[in-house]
Amino acid sequence: MHNLSLKTLSERLQRRELTSVELTQHFLDRIARFDGELNSYVTVTPELALDMAKEADERLDRGEGHRLTGIPVAHKDIFCTRDVKTSCGSKMLDQFLSPYDATVVEKLNALGMPILGKTNMDEFAMGSSTESSYYGQTLNPWDKKAVPGGSSGGSAAAVAAGLAPVATGSDTGGSIRQPAAFCGISGIKPTYGAVSRYGMIAYASSFDQGGPMTRSAEDAAWMLEAMAGLDERDSTSVSLARTDYARDLAQPVKELKIGVPEEYFSEGLDNEVAETVQAAIQVLADQGAEVVPVHLPNKDLAVSSYYVLAPAEASSNLSRFDGVRYGHRCEAPKDLNDLYTRSRSEGFGEEVKRRIMVGTYVLSEGYYDAYYRKAQKLRRLVRDDFVKAFEQCDLIVGPVAPSVAFDIGEKTDDPVSMYLADLYTIPVNLAGLPAMSVPAGFAQGRPVGLHIIGPYFEEHKILQLAHQYQQVTDWHHSVATDYR
Amino acid sequence: MQDWEVVIGLEIHAQLTTQTKIFSGSSIAYGAEPNTQANLLDLGMPGQLPVLNKAVIPKAIRFGLAIGANIGRRSVFDRKNYFYPDLPKGYQTSQFSYPIVEDGGSLEIEVEGETRRIGITRAHLEEDAGKSIHDAFPGMTGVDLNRAGTPLLEIVSEPDMRSAQEAVAYARKMHELVQFLDICDGNMQEGSFRVDSNVSIHKPGTPFGTRAELKNINSFRFIEQAIEFEVARQIEILESGGEVVQETRLYDPERNETRSMREKEEANDYRYFPCPDLLPVVIEQADIEREAEAMPELPDAKRARYQQNWGLSEDDAQVLTASRAMSDYFETLVDLTGEAKKAANWLMGDLSKALNQAGLRIDQSPVTAKMLAGLMARVDDGTISGKMAKQVFSAMWDGEGHADEVIEAKGLKQITDEGAITEMVDQVLADHPDQVAAYQGGQEKMLGFFVGQVMKASKGQANPAQVNAVLKARLAQS
Repeated sequence: MHNLSLKTLSERLQRRELTSVELTQHFLDRIARFDGELNSYVTVTPELALDMAKEADERLDRGEGHRLTGIPVAHKDIFCTRDVKTSCGSKMLDQFLSPYDATVVEKLNALGMPILGKTNMDEFAMGSSTESSYYGQTLNPWDKKAVPGGSSGGSAAAVAAGLAPVATGSDTGGSIRQPAAFCGISGIKPTYGAVSRYGMIAYASSFDQGGPMTRSAEDAAWMLEAMAGLDERDSTSVSLARTDYARDLAQPVKELKIGVPEEYFSEGLDNEVAETVQAAIQVLADQGAEVVPVHLPNKDLAVSSYYVLAPAEASSNLSRFDGVRYGHRCEAPKDLNDLYTRSRSEGFGEEVKRRIMVGTYVLSEGYYDAYYRKAQKLRRLVRDDFVKAFEQCDLIVGPVAPSVAFDIGEKTDDPVSMYLADLYTIPVNLAGLPAMSVPAGFAQGRPVGLHIIGPYFEEHKILQLAHQYQQVTDWHHSVATDYR
Repeated sequence: MQDWEVVIGLEIHAQLTTQTKIFSGSSIAYGAEPNTQANLLDLGMPGQLPVLNKAVIPKAIRFGLAIGANIGRRSVFDRKNYFYPDLPKGYQTSQFSYPIVEDGGSLEIEVEGETRRIGITRAHLEEDAGKSIHDAFPGMTGVDLNRAGTPLLEIVSEPDMRSAQEAVAYARKMHELVQFLDICDGNMQEGSFRVDSNVSIHKPGTPFGTRAELKNINSFRFIEQAIEFEVARQIEILESGGEVVQETRLYDPERNETRSMREKEEANDYRYFPCPDLLPVVIEQADIEREAEAMPELPDAKRARYQQNWGLSEDDAQVLTASRAMSDYFETLVDLTGEAKKAANWLMGDLSKALNQAGLRIDQSPVTAKMLAGLMARVDDGTISGKMAKQVFSAMWDGEGHADEVIEAKGLKQITDEGAITEMVDQVLADHPDQVAAYQGGQEKMLGFFVGQVMKASKGQANPAQVNAVLKARLAQS
């Protein structure tokens, strides 16, 4: 039951062959059984989940349900959830009960999706391995020596291990796509502005974008439809012409022109990963898609640009965590400066402090032009590359990450090598484009993701290609032995 | 030895008259219980996002047009980062590089008969901080976030003023302007209009001296005193070979002195950068044209019109344009009565007196312009005398109704019937034969006596002019 598609679950719920309470209880049982070891959840909310499931059943009994009604969901702990601990993976918010719901949570609540709990993540979404969480490492269900990726590692691991049918995630530099790739699931980062950021704790506001993490492209289309849309409470949210993202799923890919950027297969990419991705591209070609070479010449500037701009925004976004109104406050502060210094020193972990320091530095008087302004220029160059590339193709495909999931602890002492793990995903965030990772096989026994990048607001096309690919492959049905 | 030249620039924070805060739906009404007007955004809760209150945009455009400045067609909100407990997000949202009102603006002031034009560098939109309260809890500081997020227009002048008098003239002119534009209520006691002065001195022909910033002065009189004190202080320092330190100083009106608050050298590097949560404010030509069309008549133009069209004196025109509410009242009254001079007399006479005594502003007057026009009409058509009108005005002020109601209730109708007056006159003359004889014997001042008797007989209601005329006629006959 835990490996079924949303469509199947929905049909059974609607026909009342299955109740939401049964389904929810099933996932709660699995969480109880497996998550002690896997650690994909920071908080499990059984009572809330079952209460919501009961309500969902009542709606379904009355025949008033939406197609997602009754299907439980896990939320990344970056989404504010009313009266539930919302920690963002940080000691700073260890005691924080959110007084309100994020828009994404509100929307899924309104559809009647019971909340199983809040999933583990890198602290304040800063990381690519979920190792920077205050709540300990989440394991990769495929190989417990490996990281699940990050920052949405908890959501990815939970879906991959069948501890949630679907989960929410957020992607600032690859935080949906990279863990999806590492855990062998599907995850889409929508166009910047498609999903409201209201109530999603900000890391780097001009990059942050929420999205679904699911077992398949079809599931992702269903979820994205439920999550996207204009929100007056988020000024950067966009009014969308259409949100029926599943509309083209059944369309064949033979009319599509697929661009393959040479720069995405250059030095640094693991050979076996490269071969796996090339094989996936061959499948698309066999299905009739036209494969053309494209260029993204400024790709190598992206990581540098990102690691100036994102920390700059983060240093300001995280200033509100000052120990004054909520969150961690140090014991017996001597004076105001002591209150600030100790509350923040104690409340934030190493990676967060590192990025606050970098961000503060690049915005400082005398350095702003050399770093922040220059990084903004690079950001435009990277975006322009994509705009040009999309004049020659409908979608761009390539690897999600340069390697499969790395070992726990492998990169924790070398932040730059950790940053480079995101070199294929970051350019997409700089440009604000939609992109997805879908399972495409294995290398060294660990999952590999296929990266599909689309033009602005063409998520439906990305999902179409992903779904068509999943019609002729079954990587997305693979489940790690322990969790079948 | 050459004299010191004083150089002053002002930064004025005008609180914009909106219903709600600049980025949240909380009320900005003054005087509420602490933290009752602070929602999740104002508290800086995680995940909260600002949404611009669009009502501030036309107000800023109107201001820019009124001072002749260029309007920023694409202005950008930046974050000014610093830590303070009354700054919940750890940054203030303000406009740094691209303000909504750009350069080119100015204001004309007059000091001792001389006019000068003071340049305005820029004006930008920003949010106010909350308030730290240091005296409410022993050993602790309280934070009230009601004010956090209140919309402000910060108006920055050029360092064009050369005396405390010029600075005050400029501040007063600005105070008048923002009220006439209906963008700020100008209430200095409540902090709706705050003036910070940058003061330095130098010898003419040499570069400007180091400036001190005088903050949070809440009356024009204190601005003048503070600047004068500060100038004297700086002269004393420089003439004894010392150096002026760049710093913020507070003015203490009780001791009439300025005191150092903090040295700017130690101040923060604010790390300004564009706020990624807010879109740039794009202003179209049509937005500017709409505000230009709706631009109210400004005080200088009003004063000229009052003098030219209505023949009022310069002083009267000044009094009648002391506030937007005053001129609105006055112009309504003139519209209704067509009598500018009489309207002016009422406003500057009985109405002002009553308002002063009650401590009310003109827009709080219990006697509205319409009510006063009703009263003036009854004087004009002879229903009541000018003296009665004062009585009716008092009654109206006390809430006894409109002029006609009061006149009716008090039976104040003036007797204008010629026959009735003649009858009363004849009776009085018949009752006082000795006095009639005296009058006719040349004691013409006796006329006053007869008028008094007739008015008494009529219970004050006879038209005095008619009584006079009839008396003279009858006395001449008999």
